[in-house]
Amino acid sequence: MLLEVNNLHVSYGAIRALKGVSCQVGEGEIVALIGANGAGKTTTLRTISGLIRPQEGTITYKGKPITKMPPHDIVSLGICQVPEGRRVFTRMTVLENLEMGAYTRKDSANVKTDIQKVFQRFPRLEERKTQLAGTLSGGEQQMLAMGRALMSKPTVLLMDEPSMGLAPMLVQEIFAIIQEINQAGTTILLVEQNAHMALSVANRAYVLETGEVVLSGPANELADNPEVQKAYLGE
Amino acid sequence: MDSFFSMFLNDYYIQVLTMLGIYLIGALGLNLITGVTGQLSFGHAAFLSIGAYTSAILSIKLQMPFALAILAGGLMAGLWGVLLGYPTLRLTGDYLGIATLGFGEIVRVVFLNMTITGGALGLAGIPRSATLTVVLFIVILTVWAMVRLENSRFGRSLVAIREDEIAAEAMGVNITTTKITAFAIGTFLAGISGGLYAHLIQYLNPSDFGFIKSFEFLTFIVLGGLGSIPGVILGTSVLTLAPEFLRFIADYRMMVYGLLMVFMMIVRPRGLLGGVQLSRIFSKKKAQQTGTSASGGAN
Repeated sequence: MLLEVNNLHVSYGAIRALKGVSCQVGEGEIVALIGANGAGKTTTLRTISGLIRPQEGTITYKGKPITKMPPHDIVSLGICQVPEGRRVFTRMTVLENLEMGAYTRKDSANVKTDIQKVFQRFPRLEERKTQLAGTLSGGEQQMLAMGRALMSKPTVLLMDEPSMGLAPMLVQEIFAIIQEINQAGTTILLVEQNAHMALSVANRAYVLETGEVVLSGPANELADNPEVQKAYLGE
Repeated sequence: MDSFFSMFLNDYYIQVLTMLGIYLIGALGLNLITGVTGQLSFGHAAFLSIGAYTSAILSIKLQMPFALAILAGGLMAGLWGVLLGYPTLRLTGDYLGIATLGFGEIVRVVFLNMTITGGALGLAGIPRSATLTVVLFIVILTVWAMVRLENSRFGRSLVAIREDEIAAEAMGVNITTTKITAFAIGTFLAGISGGLYAHLIQYLNPSDFGFIKSFEFLTFIVLGGLGSIPGVILGTSVLTLAPEFLRFIADYRMMVYGLLMVFMMIVRPRGLLGGVQLSRIFSKKKAQQTGTSASGGAN
């Protein structure tokens, strides 16, 4: 497995957010973590990124432990996050945001061609490249956040709630792009409340409830599971 | 070159302009910390005083050459910047502000009680070596360095930290190291500024470097526009020169300052030149040029 999370325990003070979460992500997969508010999806993702330290448990990447690594080293290894709520640098231009994405890279010569690749994938960003990121619409900001993360040439892309606050049409578009990015060779770990969309693009999925994995399996099987349908798909 | 200046300006104006240059160096330092990186510092005057006393004592007691004494003052201030930054830069916003405010007071009280600094009597007999030419040269060097820095990879990471610390961290910026480096450079410039101040005024007293002085530096950069180099130059110039030309209302100076700040926050909350960056102006011009040529081609 490319990325393995084992028995992760995380607390915020007295609140136990994760109570032994384990999951695996294989190379080339799209894996989804689904669940309600407060289930621990974002916490899992942020712990993998090194932004939160777990009390217990291990995270290994390509067989090497990364549990105690600082976030900037984890990014250099090829694990990059598209944070929840997009978090673009609002008073920087679109172009500067993309350049920030390439921060850890040493091959500055290739950065320009990679920016062009991002513009090919997101033509709307090219039209707005000298605009401040704060003036973009929600959908455009999501595209920018994704483009920015892609600039780090990640092996694994961690995506936190890419559909949040977006119109249904845009959600469709964003998820189509997620599939494209995956087909181009990037492994994706996706956290979503929109279980329907997540299960439609993922290969496998984990269902989280109050800090624990309660169900896991191939995405299409989970989508047919009556419990999942009742709890998360509203059917 | 000093004789060249004195052909056009009388001693009073030369003194005022030299002072302006000295303040500009310190203000550019604070701008890097507060304007560019977004870390609130209320203790900037403390770093000026560390640079001022260090260089003055080296000049007086060891007869060290002027340039070396100034550099040593800058390095000493930068060193204390790192020592203060390491534990406090994990704090954010108001908390950092209070920590730096406290540090500023500690430094002032320490200088007040040391024998080598002359305590409350102050330190006199510093040679007057900071000429307008020297100061102007250092100002140009500093502005050049700051513009270069603004456009560098490191400069971008500072702005990214100001804009969104979590996102910057997620992009692979080492937050702690980057912040401390910015703090070190900013306080180094404060030390240089303080050293030049000592070698212009020729007398130092701890009470010259109290909270009011730190606050003055903040008003320089806030009035001009946080994070904008042209803004810092404008803000510092206005607030340094205006009191000289408005000496007849000197008693009301702080009142005018206060009013000006309130007015600014209402009319231009981001400062006179807030958001104006030299690099952006140039890149926009370029973009417009290519834009028009492209549309020309389409026609």
